[in-house]
Formats: sequence, structure tokens, C-alpha cells
Amino acid sequence: MAQGMATLGRVPGVAFVLVALFAIFAAMSPGFSTAPNLSNILVQSSILLLLALPMTFIIMTEGLDLSIGAVLTLGSVVLASVAVSTGSLTIAFIAAVAIGLAFGLLNGWLIAWIDIPPFVTTLGTLGIAQGLCLVITDGTSIVGMPPSLHFFYSGTVLGIPFPLILAAVAYAVMHGILYHTRFGTYVPALGGNREALRHAGINDRRVLAIVYGIGGLMAGIGALLLTSRISSAHPTAAIGMEFDAIAAVAVGGTQFERGEGWLLGTLLGVVTIGVLRNGLNLLAMPSSIQVICVGLLVIVALFFDGVRKAHDS
Amino acid sequence: MSQVEAVAPKFKLTLSRDVTDVAYRLLAVAIICVVLSIASDAFLTANNLLNVLRQASLVFFMASGLTLVILTGKIDLSIGATVGLSACVAATVIKSTGSPWLGAGAAIGIGAIVGLGNGLMVTKLRIPSFIATYGMLWVVQGATYYYMSGQSVYGFPAGFRALGSGYLLGIPIPVYLMVAFLIIGYFFTKRTTWGQQIYATGANTVAARLSGIPVNSRLNLVFILSGAMAGLASLIYLARLNSAEGDIGETLTLPTIAAVVIGGTSLFGGVGSLFGTFIGGLILTLILNGMNLVNMNANWQPLVTGVIVLLAVWLDMKTRSKTDG
Repeated sequence: MAQGMATLGRVPGVAFVLVALFAIFAAMSPGFSTAPNLSNILVQSSILLLLALPMTFIIMTEGLDLSIGAVLTLGSVVLASVAVSTGSLTIAFIAAVAIGLAFGLLNGWLIAWIDIPPFVTTLGTLGIAQGLCLVITDGTSIVGMPPSLHFFYSGTVLGIPFPLILAAVAYAVMHGILYHTRFGTYVPALGGNREALRHAGINDRRVLAIVYGIGGLMAGIGALLLTSRISSAHPTAAIGMEFDAIAAVAVGGTQFERGEGWLLGTLLGVVTIGVLRNGLNLLAMPSSIQVICVGLLVIVALFFDGVRKAHDS
Repeated sequence: MSQVEAVAPKFKLTLSRDVTDVAYRLLAVAIICVVLSIASDAFLTANNLLNVLRQASLVFFMASGLTLVILTGKIDLSIGATVGLSACVAATVIKSTGSPWLGAGAAIGIGAIVGLGNGLMVTKLRIPSFIATYGMLWVVQGATYYYMSGQSVYGFPAGFRALGSGYLLGIPIPVYLMVAFLIIGYFFTKRTTWGQQIYATGANTVAARLSGIPVNSRLNLVFILSGAMAGLASLIYLARLNSAEGDIGETLTLPTIAAVVIGGTSLFGGVGSLFGTFIGGLILTLILNGMNLVNMNANWQPLVTGVIVLLAVWLDMKTRSKTDG
């Protein structure tokens, strides 16, 4: 019995939240627990997962990336404008990934070598990326995408939606990096014990810069899904999505201090945010209410986290 | 023990740095003015310069509260959103009661409550300030959008509008307010125990706590002041625009942080001044004003502001590592 209680205590809070939200929405909205809607939630969550995975790494290093939503938007704008001007989706995709990676490495360089605090660095690059979006598009949408772009968000392979396959691959790769490579062991050490890393002769700055670089890279890949989803690029399309990504990581149990993180928790966090937004949508709640709910969810998660920390010590 | 000893020399250093910091920044203001007066005939006109001061005063109100927060080594990312909520509530209160005073009370009160929420999350729940105030940003912004539900409120009494666009003896009214707050702020930060405790908290929180400073109360205080000043700024913004919409404060956080860091306040706490923030706001306003005068598209503003923030922090870090060895 005592052992049973202990096991129950180890079940992460996010799982309870997910089950509770699922039950509430299933009871309140008949359209919620249907197969098409559940599949829809997962597909909608795929872009968020691409951002939340590297965000987990970044937060484990005691960092933050506020620019990732703006960089995703910029990737989408670049992808669309290159696709329109060259007609080649391949070149457009490479350009989007390149701009994403460039921004990620810029963040990494400023944070790792110049020692600017991450939230200020990424707030600055958020402004730069957002500004570039506005300057490139002049504040309007870029339309006229090649029809083949449609596949990447709406297409299926062997009956499985393509965004899900991409998200699964991304999760597997990031899981592999974090838990099965030497690089992965450096990531939590960057947050928990950077001194030790330095003493062990590891180039901690380079590791940190690569972590932010991965964030930009994933935002660039996510731009393909985002652009395909709305068949166009808009200068404010994913502005603010960094909030959902950070929320998913926080709800998933990764600590903002001490370098403790949990990638599976982030996956559950992403689905939780997806369920919350989808359920509120079905209940015809405006997006303003959704944002408040996500914000409150984060505060509640951090609150219980604080309580547990106090309990542990 | 060693931590306690480390406070004293750091403190002495900041006092001498204050003077040279301000001198460099005044030089920067002078250079920008010379460049702009060459680039545009419209720059060196009384109208434009007064307009710059008016804009700078708005930035100063938001940035002054933030300066206190940053002096303690924390951050408040919710300022822009707080300005938005305060402005929208004040707008509806003034519209429905006809009393600007009630509106002003509502704006400053809401700002203070948001600030208290931030303070409690940081001091009681021990959430890092950048994440607590970032969460608050979205909660407040969501609340603002919900409250306004896409509507806008406009057309306020002339007496209230004077707060944003009126003149007294040829000088914009918000400029007088700014000077008043600059003087009050100077005495508060440099000449009162509370002010010095704010510096000490940022210079070394552990040492401050050990020497008996009520660190948590001071942290709550600076967050409340930051919110209240955002509420005050919202009134001036509202009076100037003569209308309020849900997205009113969305783009204000980055310029506010820019003003503080250009002004030389260290993001690591304990170093900086309100006067520096005033000059920082002036530099930023001059640059944006210059872009406007040479007909640069307003779309460039967030980009330029972002670059300025990063350059300002970079320069600050470079000079700091030189003087601190």
C-alpha cells in the first residue's frame, strides 16, 4: 500500500491535468472525443512540439528563448517569399531552415560568448525577427504558394498525417540526443553545474550556442508546417507561440532552475496545451480566454512545483 | 562571509561609475542631435524637440518603475501588457463616470495590483521573475482583449486630454510630470533607506538579507511601483491617443527595456540610476524620431529597437568587464 502511494506520487502532475481536462471537455462538448477531432488536436500540436522540444533543452540550461515564435514566423515569411520568387519549394525550405539556424546561433553567440542574459537577448532578436517580417511583407500576407506545399500539413503517408510523422521523428531525434549522446549529458549540466562542465574540459559555451542553434533550426523546420497550414505567410502568424512552447515545457515539469528536465513531460505538456485550446475552441471561448487559461495553467504548475520543492527540502 | 565583504568595494565603484556613465551618454545625445540636425531640416525646430521630450516622458514613466525592478536584479516583462489593461479600464471608467480622477485611480490601482501579483509570485512562490512576469504578460493581455472584446473606446474630456497633449508655458504637460518624478525618484533612490536597500538587494541579495534588509518587502515594493508607474504611463498614453483598444500596450515592452539598458542600468542588479534611464529613453526617442524624419517606414522600428537593445547591453558588458577586472 505504501509502495502504491509512492508510485502514485511519482506520476507527474501533467498527466493528472491532461486526464482532468480530457474528462471535462468530453463531458461538456459532444464534438470533443471524436476520432477526427482527436487527430486534429495531435496535428495542430505538431508545430508546437517542434518548438517545445528545443525549448526544453534551452530551459534545462537555465535559459529561455522568447524569439522562437517570431523566428518561426520569419522562417514562414522567407519560405513563402522564396517560393514565390524562385518557384522551388526545396530552395524555399532550405532558406527557411537557414534563417532559423542563423537566428538560433545568433542567440547562442550573444548568450554564450557575450554573456547577455537569455531573456534580454531573445527579446532583442524577437524584435529583429518581427521587424524583418514586417519589412519583407510590408505588413501584408504573402500568397500564391505552389500547390505541392499543401501536402506537408494536410497530406498523409500510409494513412498517418505527415505533420505527425515529422513530429515523431523530431521527438525521437531530440530524445536520442538528450538521453543517448554525450552532448545530451552536457545540456542539464549547463543549467545545474556549469563549473563542473568547465573543469571537465568541455567547451560549455559551444554546447550552449548549439542548444540555441537547435531551437532556431527547429523553428525553421516548423515554418514548413506553418506555411503549409495557412497556404500563405503572414507577418504575425506565429507571434506569441513561444508562450505556448514555454508553457508546455513548464507544465511538463521541467525546472526553470537546477537543470532538471523531462522530454516526455514536454510531449505531455504540448498535448495538454493542445487539448486545452481545442476544448475551449469547441466551447466557443475567444482566444483571449484561451491565453488566460494557458497562463493560469503555467502559474498553477509552477505553484505546485514550488510546493513540492519546499516539501522535498 | 566572503560574500558580505564583496559588497563594499562594488558599491564604491558604482558611485564613481555613475558620473562617467552619464557623461558618455550625454555625449551620445549630443552626437545624435548633431547628426539628426544635418540629416533633416525638421529636426532642430521647437515643435519637434518638444515632441521628442513628450515621447521621451512617456518612455520614462514606464521605464522608471522597471529601473527599480532591474536594480534589484529582477525583471518585469509585463509592463506593456499592464499599460494596455490600465489604459482600457481607465478609458471605460472615464467614459461611464465622466470623472478623469476615477479613471486615474483605476489605472494606477490596476497597475499596482498586477505589480503585487508579480511580486508575490517572485517572493512567495519563488518563481524566477523573467518567467513569472512573462506569464503575467499573457494573463493580463488576455484579460485586456476579453474586457474590450474587439471594441475601442474614444473621445475623452478636454481636461483629461491635456495630460497627454496640453501645454503649460509652451512646454508639454507630461514633461513637467517627468521632471517631478525624476526629482522624487532621485531622492527616493539615493537619499532614502528604502532606496539604498533596493540597490543593496540587487548588488548582493544574500548579503542584503544577512544584513537585515527585508529583501522580500523591497522586492514586492519595486514590482508594485513598476505596475503603478505603468498605470500612470497608460493615462498619458490614453490622453495622447484619445482612444483605447485591446492591443494598445503590445509593442511597448521592448522600448521600455531598451531605455533602461541604454541608460546604463545593469541587468544583474545593483548598478544604474533613474537619471540614466531618462537619458536612455531620450536616446531611443531621438533615434526613432530621426527615422521618422528621414521618412523611414515604421515597420523598421522593432528591428532597430532590438538591435539597439543588444548593442547597448553588449557595450555595457564590455566596459564593465574592463573596469571590474
